[in-house]
Amino acid sequence: MAESKKKAIKEHASLFWEFFKIGLFTIGGGMAMLPLIQKVAVEDKKWMDAEDMIDCLAVSQAMPGVIAINSATYIGRRRRGLTGSLAATLGVILPSFLIIIAVVSLLGTVGQNRYVEGAFTGVKAAVCGLVIVSACKLGKQVLRDPFAWTLAILAFLAIAVFRITALWAIIVGAVAGILYLTIREHRRAEK
Amino acid sequence: MIYAYLFSMFFRIGLFSFGGGLAMLPLIFQSVQDFGIMSAHEFSNLVALSQVTPGPIAVNAATYVGFNYAGVPGAMTATLGVCLPSFVLILIVMKFMEKFKESKGLEGAFLGIRPVTVGLIGAAAIFVAETSLVNGTLFSTKVFTNPLSYINPIPCAIFVVTLILAGKFKVSPIKITILMAIVGAVVCG
Repeated sequence: MAESKKKAIKEHASLFWEFFKIGLFTIGGGMAMLPLIQKVAVEDKKWMDAEDMIDCLAVSQAMPGVIAINSATYIGRRRRGLTGSLAATLGVILPSFLIIIAVVSLLGTVGQNRYVEGAFTGVKAAVCGLVIVSACKLGKQVLRDPFAWTLAILAFLAIAVFRITALWAIIVGAVAGILYLTIREHRRAEK
Repeated sequence: MIYAYLFSMFFRIGLFSFGGGLAMLPLIFQSVQDFGIMSAHEFSNLVALSQVTPGPIAVNAATYVGFNYAGVPGAMTATLGVCLPSFVLILIVMKFMEKFKESKGLEGAFLGIRPVTVGLIGAAAIFVAETSLVNGTLFSTKVFTNPLSYINPIPCAIFVVTLILAGKFKVSPIKITILMAIVGAVVCG
């Protein structure tokens, strides 16, 4: 009993701390967080597999609200239930909260500082590369047949070139998946 | 009263904005305008600050508005408001997913949703590229007609080095972020 309680505290602390670091080192919001979350949750801590990571992202994108909070809640719950969600969410919020209050109190605002802008330029270019590496890693796990490849390429083109809202792409994907599975089962039954 | 104000305003923002981050800013702008608590100039400060400070943009914005308007308790109220819809909705969706785990419908839906999500992540990289690696949209003929003003050479070099460090040498994203912030500040600053 004492042992499991200790383990519970440790796992909550780990969720909080890892998400605190994610909140602290993500600049630009949204998808910029993915490479960090993936590294921690899938590769280092093995909290979930690549498929569950993708599901987490899909749900986070499809639901309204803050994507970072959505994924922290998702991963926290998978790992330790409701209290895990709280630990992870609190962790990801706290750096933002403290930094904004500190900056507003101390500086009032960020002026035009060329070093800050330069650093920001560097980070954005890096985020672009990190997100692509993440997409490749997750793609390797998920894109295993022509159906999956076709959908991924169509979704990419629809969003990147034709600027369709991500939510629509996810809804169309869900319908396509249901049809695909139904047809596959039907064919199998016929044989 | 002020707190109820802030809470309901940011709760609505959290509940009705899809796509996260930058997609939320127009809704935040509209709300602060409606409530008359922020000038356009202050809002542009908020946008600049939310983007260059780390963390989720919506949380940064909520903390900023709340703090300016009602101090630390205001910041807490606004942040709680913007996070609560996300938190509750995800818990409900996960409960639903676990309940129907065995259903063919849900299995099929995720069979389609997973590849779409991979495509979506790829598209997200394109959107970041359009604000850093190139000037304008990525699929542009300008790459042939006027490459010098279209391509930003230093960010492109940083991008390529990042691909090599993260893809081949498995350097952690945190280390790469810190390194490229320093490189950017020194070279572009």
